[in-house]
Amino acid sequence: MAYDNAKCEELSELLTSFICHAAGHLPDDVKARLTEMSKIEDEGFAPAIYDVMKKNMELADSLGRPSCQDTGIPQFFVRVGCDWPYLAEIEPALVEAVKKATVKAPLRHNAVEVFDEYNTGNNIGHRVPWIDWEIVGDSDALEVYFYMAGGGCSLPGMAKVLMPLEGYDGIARLVFDQMTSYGVNACPPCLVGIGIAGSAEVAAKLSKKALLRPVGSHNPNPKAAKMESDIEEGLNKIGLGPGGFGGKLSVMGVNIEQAARHPATLAMGLSTACWAHRRAKIVINPDMTYDFATHKGVTL
Amino acid sequence: MSDFHTFEFTTPLTDEDIRKVHIGDVIYLTGDVVTGRDDVHHRVVKDNREVPVDLAGKAIFHAGPIMQKIGDDKFKVVSVGPTTSMRMESAEAEFLAKTGVKLIIGKGGMGPKTTQGCIDNCAVHTIFPGGCAVVAAEEVLDVEGVEWADLGMPEAMWKLKVKGFGPLIVSIDSYGGNLIEDNKKLFNQRKEEQLEALSGKLDFLH
Ligand code: SF4
Repeated sequence: MAYDNAKCEELSELLTSFICHAAGHLPDDVKARLTEMSKIEDEGFAPAIYDVMKKNMELADSLGRPSCQDTGIPQFFVRVGCDWPYLAEIEPALVEAVKKATVKAPLRHNAVEVFDEYNTGNNIGHRVPWIDWEIVGDSDALEVYFYMAGGGCSLPGMAKVLMPLEGYDGIARLVFDQMTSYGVNACPPCLVGIGIAGSAEVAAKLSKKALLRPVGSHNPNPKAAKMESDIEEGLNKIGLGPGGFGGKLSVMGVNIEQAARHPATLAMGLSTACWAHRRAKIVINPDMTYDFATHKGVTL
Repeated sequence: MSDFHTFEFTTPLTDEDIRKVHIGDVIYLTGDVVTGRDDVHHRVVKDNREVPVDLAGKAIFHAGPIMQKIGDDKFKVVSVGPTTSMRMESAEAEFLAKTGVKLIIGKGGMGPKTTQGCIDNCAVHTIFPGGCAVVAAEEVLDVEGVEWADLGMPEAMWKLKVKGFGPLIVSIDSYGGNLIEDNKKLFNQRKEEQLEALSGKLDFLH
């Protein structure tokens, strides 16, 4: 099919609004969980911190500003239906949308070229925005997940290949170690994403995909779901509290995603999302109608 | 926060001001705050370059803001929250000694070198609630200017005039107290207990 300039333009306009909205508004599930947690956190510094967080969300909304100054490296996780008609238009539209949103939102300039060590000034760089592709059969829709990978919340990230006899306990230990060290600086309460697979890069990527799942959702495998709950409960009993100032809870949740492993390896990956978990999902149809799945009732 | 005290300070800060505060206290600051993070610390401490702003008695803010140009050489703060202070750990003590900064604003704790630096230079490290960048931006009255703009928007030194800037929770005081390090000890102890409690529960291997 011939490249459709007008469609690319239309798509990039929609995606620009989508990015700008995501920069200033947390998704519905994250807001709901933070509200729940703030009711439980009634001691020490926690109530005061939750008050400032709440005020920040309200101000970001009323002033139309990015809620955190670190608008991160823009990352897109795209699931494209086989029958989506404008395949070639997707990447240029995403890049254009980042450029436009950088001025419009405005977003902080966060793309620093590696080796040449300069900030590109428009959030576009070598392989940035980062785009991850999946093809979905029997669909004509374009699903775009957007994630703002901030610095503080990317710092706890890690991947390691364990030997199977180190076990799932070994994975838990690495997660707990990261959360009580780097996690304290990652603007807790965090959402914890864990990937388990046969090699480091697969585990790492799945750990990020785990963060795209709603807070409070569970892995369909009952054992994985149990591991999510067990680790969440254990982390919460450590009581990092909001901002690491101590409290009754530590995390918004734990999400795990897995891929079959090699008999001789048990690889784990960890990604964390800060309380300002700016993740957004939009499903776009070929006629450009859309469903803003993470932010219900919002018209772009 | 009933056990702790709240202070309203105005720059330039004096040793007397700093001596009054202890870890867990809260400060609201009025006056001069200058942003500076990785690259500024690198230039001042590692490259030994002359600091283009007189920082004596002022606050350094570990932050990389979103700024908007609103006229010739005039800027507005859109969003400015703290960044992870620990990244500046290797340079901060020397930075304090060189500049005469009295108050550090950031997020998360800092380590033993900075704690010693705060003792030696009669300074404090404070934490602004992370991710609350619009609240912080609304407490900035004016952007006086920028230095080292060649470092790019997040890394440049932005000179801010603030009013009632806070809450700034004191995490390191001038007496060697370190709130977040104390917390981390507690977290690590509880971590071992929780891992113990988990053991056996995740044994999915056959
Ligand atoms: S960790 Fe998240 S909330 Fe905290 S400064 Fe970074 S992006 Fe903002």
